[in-house]
Amino acid sequence: MSILLKDIHKAFGSNRVLKGFSLEVHEGETLAIVGQSGTGKSVALKHIVGLLRPDRGEVWVDGVELGGLDQEGLYEIRRKVGYVFQFAALFDSLTIEENVGLGLRRIRGMTSDAIRDRVKECLRVVELDGFQGRFPSQISGGQRKRAGLARAIATQPGYLLYDEPTTGLDPVTTTIIDRLIIRTREELKVTAVVITHDMASAYRIADRIGMLYEGTIRFLGTPAEIQACPDSVVRGFIEGKPELLEEAG
Amino acid sequence: MNARVFLNPFRLIGLSALDTAAQIGRWGGLFHETVRALPKVDIWGRLLLGQLARIGVDSVPIALFIATFTGVVMALQASYTFTGAVPLYFVGALVGKTMILELGPVLTGLALSGRVGANIAAELGTMRVTDQIDALETLAYDPVAYLVVPRVLAGIVMFPIVVVLATAVGVAAGWATSLQLLDMSTPEFMKGLRLFFEPWDIQFAVIKSLSFGLTITSIGCFFGFTTQGGAEGVGLSTTRAVVVSSMVILVLDAFWAATLL
Repeated sequence: MSILLKDIHKAFGSNRVLKGFSLEVHEGETLAIVGQSGTGKSVALKHIVGLLRPDRGEVWVDGVELGGLDQEGLYEIRRKVGYVFQFAALFDSLTIEENVGLGLRRIRGMTSDAIRDRVKECLRVVELDGFQGRFPSQISGGQRKRAGLARAIATQPGYLLYDEPTTGLDPVTTTIIDRLIIRTREELKVTAVVITHDMASAYRIADRIGMLYEGTIRFLGTPAEIQACPDSVVRGFIEGKPELLEEAG
Repeated sequence: MNARVFLNPFRLIGLSALDTAAQIGRWGGLFHETVRALPKVDIWGRLLLGQLARIGVDSVPIALFIATFTGVVMALQASYTFTGAVPLYFVGALVGKTMILELGPVLTGLALSGRVGANIAAELGTMRVTDQIDALETLAYDPVAYLVVPRVLAGIVMFPIVVVLATAVGVAAGWATSLQLLDMSTPEFMKGLRLFFEPWDIQFAVIKSLSFGLTITSIGCFFGFTTQGGAEGVGLSTTRAVVVSSMVILVLDAFWAATLL
């Protein structure tokens, strides 16, 4: 099963963000979406879990079209999808253990002991075992992102969505997060979509990279293909040369 | 051109009225969602106790503080007004009647619109702008069931209790003031207190405070939920929650007086 976005249009007031955005993510692959700030990458990602509804177009996840779902149907899909937020979005009033275990509490028949064991296992994967009793305000930004990843994988989802998982982190922590993303894919066999600005990170973790430009996918291909792409818009972005973007615009 | 300038205030008033109507509509939408989320006890059930403590028990000190000094001032001002014209035992009647019917519920409501309403709007507003509410949705939680239902229920349950406590303390403060500063005796004060007392007065106060609890918590949740932007948006939502719930409390106060008395 895969993720499919077909001809998505989305506007906020007069600001048209997505203008016919289409993308297919194949089963088991990690696809990175890159693009300048404000081009609608996070908006596209939020459509996949129904946090935003398209003005026009279709979103298919795991063979189900989200447009026809009621709230309960949407929750069924969300149980199959883990979402790692840009700033982790951990609940301030809950400990790390409670944060990671929150999604597990929605699974019927799961005992408190089973939840505790699963939380411990997830925290071990992200190398935060021992941090169970701390609150989000008591750990660093990188640790918060890792805790956010632990929360996303706790329910063993088939899909993982990462919204700028390495933004604002130092190079060492960025590499640690990248390795966690790769390890998660290898161990859990998840299908993943990663929003990022960091091209080095995208080359490391992605099977394919899509570049979002002016509301649509401008380029889609492997890391090797994007590096060889002659399109000046793509080159301007990946090489950090605004003059090439201006030339094309 | 001049006509347009002249018409501008009307345009502004019109736009403001439309905006207010839209806000009321959205609040109604959230209220409807809240009622629909009531059966999801598995989500809000374990959170209710914490909210009962935060919204109710933690509000008791400020409510009692306000009620105590209101009772003292009521007794002193009644004595100042009545001396030489009306028998002094009417101080008990005035303190009791006014505390139960008006000052107990309304002053407590206004104080808690600041303490509880602002707290809820700031907390949910921060959760909104830091994606925590979206995170709840991605974890398959109904955010209305998780965040709004326990707060609104706690408000409905705890406000009447806090108001009854505050009213009792206010009357007791008025009695103590009458004994210590007005040379009145306990039988005199009690005679006045019983003079116009009706059991219905207590029910009236409870109905009022229940509606204030619903108002303050639901308006706080509404402004928190609809927060936009960052810290500035949270500040704006918090201010609006306090101002709007204070205004609605006064409107409800008049409404209940007109319909139930």
